[in-house]
Amino acid sequence: MPRRTDLTSVLVIGSGPIVIGQAAEFDYSGTQACRVLREEGLRVILVNSNPATIMTDPDIADATYIEPIDPDIIRSIIAAERPDAILPTLGGQTALNAAVALSERGTLEEFGVEMIGASLESIQKAEDRQLFKEVVDRVGGESARSRICHSTADLLSAAEELGYPIVVRPSFTMGGLGSGMAYDEAELLRIGGDGLHYSPTTEVLLEESILGWKEFELELMRDRNDNCVVVCSIENVDAVGVHTGDSLTVAPALTLSDVETQILRDLGMGIIREVGVDTGGCNVQFAIHPETGRIVVIEMNPRVSRSSALASKATGFPIAKLAARLAIGYTLDEIRNDITGTTPASFEPALDYVVVKTPRFAFEKFPVADPTLTTTMKSVGEAMALGRNFTEALGKAQRSLDVKGAVLDYAGTPPAATEVAALIDACRTPTDMRLVAIQRVLWAAAEGQVEPAETIERLMEATGIDRWFLDQMLLVAEIAAEVRTSKVLDAQLLALAKRHGLSDDQIGRLRGQHGDVIKGVREALGINPVYKTVDTCAAEFASATPYHYSSYDQETEIEPRERPAVLILGSGPNRIGQGIEFDYSCVHAALALGNRDLPGGGYETVMINCNPETVSTDYDIADRLYFEPLTFEDVVEVYEAELAAGPVAGIIVQLGGQTPLSLARHLEEAGLPVIGTSPSAIDAAEDRGHFGAVLADANLPAPPYGTAWGLADATEVAAAVGYPVLVRPSYVLGGRGMEIVYDEPGLIDYVGRNLPDGGRAEAPILIDRFLDTAIEIDVDALYDGTDLYIGGIMEHIEEAGIHSGDSACTLPPVALSDAMIERIRESTLGIAEGVGVRGLLNVQYALAQGILYVLEANPRASRTVPFVAKATGVHLAQAAALVMAGSTVAELRDGGVLPAEGDGADLPDDFPIAVKEAVLPFKRFRTREGRAVDSVLGPEMRSTGEVMGLDATFPLAFAKSQLAIAGQGLPTSGSVFVSVADSDKRSVVLPVARLAALGFEILTTEGTGKVLRRSGIPCRSLRKASQPGDGASVIDLIESGDVDLVLNTPSGSDARADGYAIRAAATSMDVPMITTLQEFSAAVQAIEALPEEPFAVTSLQDHTRRLKDTRSGLPA
Amino acid sequence: MTSPTTRAESTRPRSLLTRPDPALLVLEDGTVLRGSAYGARGARMGEVVFATGMTGYQETLSDPSYVGQIVVQTAPHIGNTGATSQDMESRKVWVRGYAVRDASRIHSSWRAEQSLDELLESEDVVGIADIDTRMLTRRLRESGTMRGGVFSGDALTASEEELVERVREQPPMHGASFFDEVTIAQPVVLEPEGEPIGTVAALDLGIKGATPRRMTERGLRVHLLPASTPLEDLLAIAPDAVFFSNGPGDPAAADPQVELLRGALDAGLPFFGICLGNQLLGRALGFSTYKLKYGHRGINQPVLDRETGKVEITSQNHGFALDVPLQGESTAPHGDGRYGRVVVSHVGLNDDVVEGIRCLDIPAYSVQYHPEAASGPHDASYLFDRLVDMVRSRRAQATGKES
Repeated sequence: MPRRTDLTSVLVIGSGPIVIGQAAEFDYSGTQACRVLREEGLRVILVNSNPATIMTDPDIADATYIEPIDPDIIRSIIAAERPDAILPTLGGQTALNAAVALSERGTLEEFGVEMIGASLESIQKAEDRQLFKEVVDRVGGESARSRICHSTADLLSAAEELGYPIVVRPSFTMGGLGSGMAYDEAELLRIGGDGLHYSPTTEVLLEESILGWKEFELELMRDRNDNCVVVCSIENVDAVGVHTGDSLTVAPALTLSDVETQILRDLGMGIIREVGVDTGGCNVQFAIHPETGRIVVIEMNPRVSRSSALASKATGFPIAKLAARLAIGYTLDEIRNDITGTTPASFEPALDYVVVKTPRFAFEKFPVADPTLTTTMKSVGEAMALGRNFTEALGKAQRSLDVKGAVLDYAGTPPAATEVAALIDACRTPTDMRLVAIQRVLWAAAEGQVEPAETIERLMEATGIDRWFLDQMLLVAEIAAEVRTSKVLDAQLLALAKRHGLSDDQIGRLRGQHGDVIKGVREALGINPVYKTVDTCAAEFASATPYHYSSYDQETEIEPRERPAVLILGSGPNRIGQGIEFDYSCVHAALALGNRDLPGGGYETVMINCNPETVSTDYDIADRLYFEPLTFEDVVEVYEAELAAGPVAGIIVQLGGQTPLSLARHLEEAGLPVIGTSPSAIDAAEDRGHFGAVLADANLPAPPYGTAWGLADATEVAAAVGYPVLVRPSYVLGGRGMEIVYDEPGLIDYVGRNLPDGGRAEAPILIDRFLDTAIEIDVDALYDGTDLYIGGIMEHIEEAGIHSGDSACTLPPVALSDAMIERIRESTLGIAEGVGVRGLLNVQYALAQGILYVLEANPRASRTVPFVAKATGVHLAQAAALVMAGSTVAELRDGGVLPAEGDGADLPDDFPIAVKEAVLPFKRFRTREGRAVDSVLGPEMRSTGEVMGLDATFPLAFAKSQLAIAGQGLPTSGSVFVSVADSDKRSVVLPVARLAALGFEILTTEGTGKVLRRSGIPCRSLRKASQPGDGASVIDLIESGDVDLVLNTPSGSDARADGYAIRAAATSMDVPMITTLQEFSAAVQAIEALPEEPFAVTSLQDHTRRLKDTRSGLPA
Repeated sequence: MTSPTTRAESTRPRSLLTRPDPALLVLEDGTVLRGSAYGARGARMGEVVFATGMTGYQETLSDPSYVGQIVVQTAPHIGNTGATSQDMESRKVWVRGYAVRDASRIHSSWRAEQSLDELLESEDVVGIADIDTRMLTRRLRESGTMRGGVFSGDALTASEEELVERVREQPPMHGASFFDEVTIAQPVVLEPEGEPIGTVAALDLGIKGATPRRMTERGLRVHLLPASTPLEDLLAIAPDAVFFSNGPGDPAAADPQVELLRGALDAGLPFFGICLGNQLLGRALGFSTYKLKYGHRGINQPVLDRETGKVEITSQNHGFALDVPLQGESTAPHGDGRYGRVVVSHVGLNDDVVEGIRCLDIPAYSVQYHPEAASGPHDASYLFDRLVDMVRSRRAQATGKES
């Protein structure tokens, strides 16, 4: 059946900002879908609030709305664009929920829009627990057994049937209140009894526990002709109990026989048919009891998911692309397999390699958060690696994480038997570091400290991890032990170590030598990786797509080429501080450098990256894709392989964030042609002394600073610099360990916490004067050695002291004078010249008392590049890549890549305002005591993603940004709770007075209330939770849902506990909360400006066109 | 399964650290791959083929169609789930030589009864591990299936040149017949589950265990017959349908079976064939067969059922294929068209190979692939329902005639 001819336009819903559990994978799938739909001649309309995505680039859709994913706003878009259909299955749960809301409100019916890819009924069948249970039942599967109980007697009789441990779920309680796991009768009576009490219907669901069972996932696709295929099986190495997103996973499943595999396949197909996913993909999760083989269906997602992105990268079978084609009427057999180019897509990929996915956590950003892994996802990103066996893939995956300690170095002595017992015990609790503990245990086994076979069984009992995987890890440990103790490292042993995934650095540490020495030995012995191809068919057919991975095997498959190549290093796994924004720049570098029509383009582009969620690792983006770790060893090997294939013009390290940037020096020393800003210039910007000299030469001021090595000189330096000071260890990136200290006791406390003995530091502590009332300004610019192009100037909404990644900002700036903008331009040029930038430069300034201080400069792509590109309608990242490859700003202006005249610093006065706002993950984390973690912003970045609000004025744009992050947006009426630090009390009066005038009820603490009442603002003072007394406390009111907005600015330590309790309650209850006065003022402006009617919407294409027209003198 | 080995060290992981026994895989084009010995030691020669299934290694090993062949598994890890008597598709392992990349040191499955290592050793399969199986597969894909050998232990005393020479002296698969080796010695009757619907005379040309199971579980009584069964013996059973199984070797070398099938068709018996059975139906109708460059061996092969327009993912294992015009109806050439018209009912979507034919004027159909699965997907199990339908209508007809 060919494509439906009754469809001419489709609205695609994106997934919004990057949050934990819904990340870059939806940019990958959404981008694929949009491209495919346009290829099919459909007009594509897109809504997504996330400016950092490739999918929101104006050339991906016909009409791109960077607007909140909100039913009212989507209704406005539908009214303006009148699409024939809406495709909601490629934007995660967000898109699915939006589509359900539009359908239930009647919007789709009102405008005659058809939902394609899913139906309301199928979504409900998959998501409603009871309906899905019935589905499973009808296809002959089993769900976890459960009983509904209304009394203690019910509990006991149900427990007898279901057995312990048993899951207790009270019905209709908020946020899972009262849920728990009971291991015996006493616990059941306690937890279950509480549950009956909490439940408004005195009802508790008891469910048999499948904790510790083996967990599997199938990715399936189905077309409208009922053709159905299983794209991939995925096995979770961690047992049931750890969210699949937090689990080490492997594809294909490795511990299932064909008999079991076919049972899962039959169930999966039964479920996709019964749920009614008529066109598209879904995943189904299963648990299998390791001793009996009993199979329980856990759940299914009737849409493209994180797992399907992983499965697409793992197999070369592009699920999202196909889902889009199937949704418009094609059947699987009508679609070619992209990779082979000759066979149809109606088949099931066969893998001749092993894929390992490993999660990337960010617990270091939330030191008080409980790192126990549960069924709630906590990881912020993932790395994937391919190898010709599990051990090779595992080793590559772990080193792809770019986390110190993730790759076991087997240094020192192996753990003794007593320590092993403690380690095994600790392994019972899954945490982000459990794998390291397991490897240590196995190392002890390999070194003869404990008996290997018995140790594997003990570990399997403690963790639920299948013995097959444990034995493979033991094998690695055995090889490591052999490498460590062998008299000579001969060719056979070295080859064996490489074949099982040990890196040169690991081998070096085992031998007491530098990794470079091992590399030298290895190369002298002719031991190099070869590159295999992901071809979907285990080599049965020739592959037309150069999607490669390395392996220590015999035959390489790299084809020779004639055009010179540029290698682009991606950014590795997403993490807080290094996310999708960097992938965006890498993708654009590939698109620009590969484009013969652009000045300086026309290279063969080669992408190296290890993040399966991203667009950059789509084999459609660069000419060649290497799915490889971003380490020195792995990058050099790819370079060597490509050099053997043809000329290499350069390697780009400045676009993928810190991970590739940190390799720059080493790569250059190894003779690789790093292009763009030179590694020594990169170092110059990072080196305080050197950078100080650059600033001095350009006559630019920086805040006073000094360095200290211990407590004594720290207090001295701080006194000289003047409080408040910003302190941080010098070796950190992304704001790690950075704090603002207001006085000497605070400094002593900081040093005490960071240098436990008060002794000397390993690296100096940097102490900067903190400009506490400064306006912070971010600039992205492009420099070719002659001309400077300012991409954009962003004015932060929060004052200095909050990490730029976590603070909201506006472009164009709203409060900077033309003279100041000129000053910023001159300063940026001075830095670009002084550092020797060739490509992108990001500078952070602080404006205090009329003086423009330089805080820092980074000669690389910044997090804000995509935001700047969207807000100003210029492909800044493409221009940067071309400059790095030798083109000039002048040529790019001539060639249409950059505007012929003007830049991001001289936008017209009436230009719409774009506001970027950060999205924070506090709700995901709980302390060990089960409370929400504190949500105060600071110099350490903790946001996972961002949204953009675009509108005519700042208040409207800000209001949109708030709607885009929170879902419900800012309140227009109700009650506002205000409690501020003493230093903020004077400034809070005016905005609160305006809220009161707008009819809000003002709730306060006693201290803040006193100030407000004296200013004539009526308000009600509430008891703090820590104060004794009758009546509802602040917390009670927030928890009962009677507060619509919370302002709490953190103050000194005495109020900290109460402030924390307030913030924790607001976080848990999803009440909009603001923790800085500047943002509060912006919010009040926004509330005042909120229109009665829904917001006006503008497509990015119209926005850009308008800018171009204004620039060329046409009326806007 | 044959008796488990009593090798003393069988419970210990196969160590990769102590220098393993070497083994060589040699192709007739002179390619020599060095790896480690796996399973039994010795020399085995045969046609080298690759199989792409990611699961089901034991079903592959015990599939009689693989007799005389050296199987290369493209799946990177083999042996993970061990071996169990439940997964034997016939009475023994038929594969002659076995080439894998990573042989599992231990196995882990609640179903396992022994390790694959033990099974290979007890079944005397000479294997090789730790070779670049992808390189080997690509070579077979580009050059076509080749003769080859796996050598380990004492067989390695010969030079590489001598081993290549030995491989080249082997007979090719063209014209090869293995029925004597694989078929049952005496007829066996397999009773149906539940109420019997009818009787099928199934010629065992190397049948897999799953095939008669698919029939008996549908209520069919199966008379499993040796490959050399004469027509009279077959007719003496008075079957409601005749079935020809899969099997090894060149269909062009199976003249007696072709004659037997013609006899059955002439007697008006309904027919269903799988794999070799498909090729033999084609030959009986007067079409010819040819050898594929490197065959279809895997469990992910897409086949279009032209009648429904639906695609099924199939399990396949064939090196030969049937030459029947793809488009439209053809008249079966044999015997002046006395079998009437034939259509290609199923087509392989990867390469347009004939994957099934159906006679329009007599009750006969067959498929090239394996609807019985084991290993592989169950998508095509409806073909056994068609057999049941055929049996039912035959019986209805018979009853009609009698009454």
